[in-house]
Amino acid sequence: MSVDKATVAKIASLARIRMTDAEVEAMVPELNQILGWVEQLGEVDCAGIEPMTAVIPNTLRLRDDVVDADPLTGGGVREKVLANAPAAEHGFFGVPKVIE
Amino acid sequence: MMSNLTELTVAAIRKGVADGDFTAVEVAEAFNGNVAAADALNAFIVATPEKAIAAAEAVDAKRAKGESLGKMGGVPIGMKDLFATDGVQTTAASHMLEGFVPQYESTVSQKLWDAGAGMLGKLNLDQFAMGSSNETSYFGNVISPWRRNDANGVPGNAALAPGGSSGGSSSAIAARLCPAATGTDTGGSIRQPAAFTGITGIKPTYGRCSRWGVVAFASSLDQAGPMARDVTDCAIMLEAMAGFDPKDSTSLDMPVPAWEAGLNPDMKGKKVGIPREYRMDGMDDEIAKSWDDGIAWLKDAGAQVVDISLPHTKYALPAYYIIAPAEASSNLARYDGVRYGLRDLPEGAGLQDMYAATRADGFGAEVKRRIMIGTYVLSAGFYDAYYNQAQRVRALIARDFEQAFEQCDVILAPTCPSAAFALGDKTSDPLSMYLNDVFAVPASLAGLPAMSVPAGLNSEGLPLGLQIIGRAFDEQGVLNAGLAIEQRAGFTAKPEKWW
Repeated sequence: MSVDKATVAKIASLARIRMTDAEVEAMVPELNQILGWVEQLGEVDCAGIEPMTAVIPNTLRLRDDVVDADPLTGGGVREKVLANAPAAEHGFFGVPKVIE
Repeated sequence: MMSNLTELTVAAIRKGVADGDFTAVEVAEAFNGNVAAADALNAFIVATPEKAIAAAEAVDAKRAKGESLGKMGGVPIGMKDLFATDGVQTTAASHMLEGFVPQYESTVSQKLWDAGAGMLGKLNLDQFAMGSSNETSYFGNVISPWRRNDANGVPGNAALAPGGSSGGSSSAIAARLCPAATGTDTGGSIRQPAAFTGITGIKPTYGRCSRWGVVAFASSLDQAGPMARDVTDCAIMLEAMAGFDPKDSTSLDMPVPAWEAGLNPDMKGKKVGIPREYRMDGMDDEIAKSWDDGIAWLKDAGAQVVDISLPHTKYALPAYYIIAPAEASSNLARYDGVRYGLRDLPEGAGLQDMYAATRADGFGAEVKRRIMIGTYVLSAGFYDAYYNQAQRVRALIARDFEQAFEQCDVILAPTCPSAAFALGDKTSDPLSMYLNDVFAVPASLAGLPAMSVPAGLNSEGLPLGLQIIGRAFDEQGVLNAGLAIEQRAGFTAKPEKWW
């Protein structure tokens, strides 16, 4: 399968990366070269093989259902959470207006 | 004499500090001096000499009180700038995270500080760990301290790649800016740079080292590990880094073995598998010879050598270049200009425009390329053909290894298809860059422990590495085979100082 300019522009939009026309144009052959190369996976007979979901067999653990089971990943650290925000106001993340 | 402290290994520094031959502060000062004098290598994004001194003072104070100094007591190290460090900028070598100052410490780095190590600084890397030559960093290329000799054995001037993505780590260790450093390996990012610079590095079994606080690239593959000058140092440091962490859902809930105490280079009764598919058409003669040397050394150590087959080897790299970008496109969706990192808000722009502008400005070309590939293979209509097919092939690659390990205990192969290449050699062709990881990626896809140890120098005076791959959880077997090779390779070469 290969991609054209419109498809690359669509992917860029899905990925939320702004690209100029020239950038889209330049990326078409790059992506096609890589996609053409990964195409060889189609040769592999995978009949009856399940897609891998975990590389090392493991089970997801459950933690106790309590507040702040681990203080580092629990609550009460608003200042730390906001410390690196480009725009934080009144204890919230600030974003541009989203209502039309 | 103080001037040779920077030639010491982790084990020797630890012992010297514990025995009172020198102080931890003297060691930290010596390495701080080397770091400050090596700007030409661009191995560090930020140096933290004061952190190294503070940790050393704490170790010296403990010694004065007769307290235990820890597994890494008095050893200053470099920290790959992919590990979140509390109060110290953590960038993943990206513009996106320039100025990001974590309010918490990654589990792996915290364990190292708890073990008595100190931080010399944050090491440069490929941007978001995506690259094999350290040419995608927003903070500039890292230069290898090694130089390629011409036909008369005279060192040339061409700047060589230190490998990637842990290129700051490899360059700094080879140049004696630090005795050891952290690395991370998603598809060879510890082993390939180690091979390029004549040092040693191990990627443990997936899940041994916590991923908590490590900037995510491809979560089903990302694994931290140590890089150092020899196998013993890797065993020491891996012990300090590994261990169960409830904050990482894929962390292995298993005790950390005593790898250092368990080191044993006697290979009697062990079988070493030689995968025939790794002997590819057009293989570099010197790489082939180093592989043959490795086989002879392990035989000399008592091992029996057996021919094995890993039939899906050639599909590992294309599978990796679907799976890793797919996971990356998902992981890197978090960089939205809202919670942390860069924000680019054009005049009058709305939220969606802000996302797109921020990500256009904050990501480098290779990162964008991988996000685009990942977004495409995960998009409606293509998910099964690309992503699911790659995950099926991945299951077959893992099965190849399982079957091989019914016939052998460890696998020996080259780490890379070539010695270090020059900067700029492969940047115009992403595929040729990707192919450099052809021998490293299969073990990553299967989550297996794998290490690179120096085998010798090629005719141009550049280091070559040998790779040992082991069964899941058998880091000990990998380290032991590595030690057997190390003792026979007798690798003592180091780059001549030009920087």
